[in-house]
Amino acid sequence: MGSEEESAVKEPLDLIRLSLDERIYVKLRHDRELRGKLHAYDQHLNMILGDVEEIVTSVEIDDETYEEIVRTTRRTVPFLFVRGDGVILVSPPLRTA
Amino acid sequence: MLFFSYFKDLVGREVTVELKNDLAIRGTLHSVDQYLNIKLENTRVVDQDKYPHMLSVWNCFIRGSVVRYVQLPPDGVDVELLHDATRREARGG
Repeated sequence: MGSEEESAVKEPLDLIRLSLDERIYVKLRHDRELRGKLHAYDQHLNMILGDVEEIVTSVEIDDETYEEIVRTTRRTVPFLFVRGDGVILVSPPLRTA
Repeated sequence: MLFFSYFKDLVGREVTVELKNDLAIRGTLHSVDQYLNIKLENTRVVDQDKYPHMLSVWNCFIRGSVVRYVQLPPDGVDVELLHDATRREARGG
């Protein structure tokens, strides 16, 4: 396959390289999450994702009952550039059941 | 430099820049720099009723650090090229 140097996993960014052209899960600041196919990234964690779903989570508190209402807003975008300073973590997609 | 080069190739295409303050601006990509500052032409705000204060703005300069997302044209992405460029860049970093 490639040379030893090219495919060696030495640092965290190399782990992300393994996910190129694969679907990933990205946790962002301000309660946002993305799921999409990783096409490009750099050392700042700027990324280009394809077929992306964004999930925004918001919690409202009812004035009377004080119960927490958790809402999620979803949307899909065909191709998205994400600025790295908003990224918290990157991982393979978390599949629940 | 990867994304700087990528955006330079995208000059002239329509993009939607979503800022960290939730403002979304659609326009033609005029230019970009190493900080990923963006200049847009023919700008219109996506939700004009919610953000009327930019109705008379035709062109704008957006500081790179205030960008959250840039929505790209679906055919503005050569994925194979991006994968190769990323592998090369990641190795050097």
